[in-house]
Amino acid sequence: MSASGAVASQSLDKDASEQKSATKAGSSFADFLFRKGTGLVALIVAVTLLAVMISLIVEGWQALHTFGWKFLVTTTWDPVTNEFGALVFIIGTLVSSAIAMLIAVPVSFGIALFISELSPNWLRGPVSAVIELLAAIPSIIYGMWGLLVFAPWFGNIEPWINDHLGAIPGIGVLFQGPPMGIGMLTAGIVLAIMVIPFIASIMRDVFLITPPALKESAYALGATTWEVARNVILPYTRTAVTGGIFLGLGRALGETMAVTFIIGNANNLSASLLMPGASIASVIANEFTEATTSLYKSSLLALGLVLFVITVIVLALAKLLLLRLEATQEGKKS
Amino acid sequence: MKINRRSFAKAAAAVAVAGVFGTGAITSAFAGVSLTGAGSTWVYPLVAKWSAAYEKQTGNKVNYQSIGSGGGIAQIKAGTVAFGASDMPLKPEDLEKEGLIQFPTAVAGEDLVMNLPGIKPGELILSGPVVADIYLGKIKKWNDPAIAKLNPGVKLPDMNITVVHRSDGSGTTFTFADYLSKVSPEWKEKVGANTSLNWPTGVGGKGNEGVAAYVQRIPGSIGYVEYAYILENKLNYARMVNRDGKVVSPSLKGFQDAAAHVDFNKAKDFYVILTDHTGPDTWPISGCTWQILSKKAPKATNEEVTKFFLWGFENGQSMAESISFGPLPKSTVDVIKTYWKTNLGI
Repeated sequence: MSASGAVASQSLDKDASEQKSATKAGSSFADFLFRKGTGLVALIVAVTLLAVMISLIVEGWQALHTFGWKFLVTTTWDPVTNEFGALVFIIGTLVSSAIAMLIAVPVSFGIALFISELSPNWLRGPVSAVIELLAAIPSIIYGMWGLLVFAPWFGNIEPWINDHLGAIPGIGVLFQGPPMGIGMLTAGIVLAIMVIPFIASIMRDVFLITPPALKESAYALGATTWEVARNVILPYTRTAVTGGIFLGLGRALGETMAVTFIIGNANNLSASLLMPGASIASVIANEFTEATTSLYKSSLLALGLVLFVITVIVLALAKLLLLRLEATQEGKKS
Repeated sequence: MKINRRSFAKAAAAVAVAGVFGTGAITSAFAGVSLTGAGSTWVYPLVAKWSAAYEKQTGNKVNYQSIGSGGGIAQIKAGTVAFGASDMPLKPEDLEKEGLIQFPTAVAGEDLVMNLPGIKPGELILSGPVVADIYLGKIKKWNDPAIAKLNPGVKLPDMNITVVHRSDGSGTTFTFADYLSKVSPEWKEKVGANTSLNWPTGVGGKGNEGVAAYVQRIPGSIGYVEYAYILENKLNYARMVNRDGKVVSPSLKGFQDAAAHVDFNKAKDFYVILTDHTGPDTWPISGCTWQILSKKAPKATNEEVTKFFLWGFENGQSMAESISFGPLPKSTVDVIKTYWKTNLGI
């Protein structure tokens, strides 16, 4: 960091002094420094990322070496006997994030569409500001709110969920369980609230830059707002929308404090979403301080590596999807 | 300005002294000694209270970071702190290997709390084996015959039991699980004792406050929290059947009785856990926090640490009691002093 800072300030000094002379050669030298400086900063990010991954591998090696592939596919997490398997937490992370996305994506879409298309002008500013403020709330506050306010309230709803959703054949098993208010579903809902501002803001921004000419032409042809949204705005913005969704997903996967408070922290698998579970981030937050044996600590760091890899896979998938979308768009245009 | 040679020499000497104190302890001509310790969150309120009063009286500072027992042990091994605190004692052979010593600080206790409509605090009586079966998931209902047998005349509701435990690694969990391991062979075999466990059933709350919040929220739930937490939050606690078969309520005296019935003279390196001891008033789920010192640390540092804790043992009793820690009995303090002499030469 300090190295990049020094370089940056150096290039700034150079910039200032070069401006005075304002010769062509001088400004191209400043340009050169500027290019190298920004390049260096970008490089530092890449190096940091690589360093994080390497140190996670090094620290988690003992666990990976001891358990091998079994680390990923077994469910026992027993600090007493020093047996560690990550499957419960991997599934917990994926399921809670999936619930969050199932809720957050449609809601964000609605919010963005309302702000960009339907809302009266005077309401646009305040609604946008409120959404952005949601993003500024620290996650521990969401956790406390979830534990002290939302979970008790949700606990009162759960008997209804048990009776109605739980009675549906097939998926009913997902909604049967004691009405505790905490658990996988609660975590998913609170996560959804946390990622909505990110997804909604991006969607709103890109919806607003859809060329008015396109929208107005569609309206002129008699299209309804819904038809314009579906057939004009979404196709025009879908790469950016997909990017926004994956940004939200990235945040949901790694969210720690809020999830720790409300997921219930039980290290076992359960078919029901009303039952407590655990995520990778929550178990690390819970157990890291008291992890006394080296294998235990190594297993927690290996869990961190698994989360890292999951996030990389998700982002890679997003990139692939974007590339394919772009390709099909190019195809359509030609 | 001319530099006074003598005062320069003095300053250099002061720096040298500071160097001698080295790890964790730094002296200067202007302030007293400054010690740094780290570890257990359980003992944090006590060390914080003692250190504030100690600084006022002696000018010596004690900084304590409650980073968890695991961190405390790691830091004292690395020699970055003057003392580490752990809720789980280290085995004598491990101490030997690392050149460490340990001694107890104060006793405390924990109890089970419930969310049971119609039952008053202290009304319900539980025993160790019954609690073990509840936490093993074998006793599932509050009106189970095993609970009813302990509570004749109490109208137990026909409710499911929801087990609540700590989700974070904690000395509270270690003490609780150690107790269950002593009273239930099945618990010992299937679960065991540690700061984090592979829980057979239940939900995990973060910290005492997390467990208390879950218990208050979920009807029919049961959890374990520190005694101080029960007092502060007026939780619905249970009485326990102790080793002597007597029914007892949690109290400072009960925790101290547990310590008094332990023969610290016999236990090498104080490696003894206070759960499930004899004595008519002894509280069965009593616990303790150990301070860990390094023999490799400069003698002056260890001297300052022992001075601080001795001060706490002798002057900090009422402070300890005010936050629900039981001070160590005098006999125990004497054993600790002898232990210091033999192991540290202090």
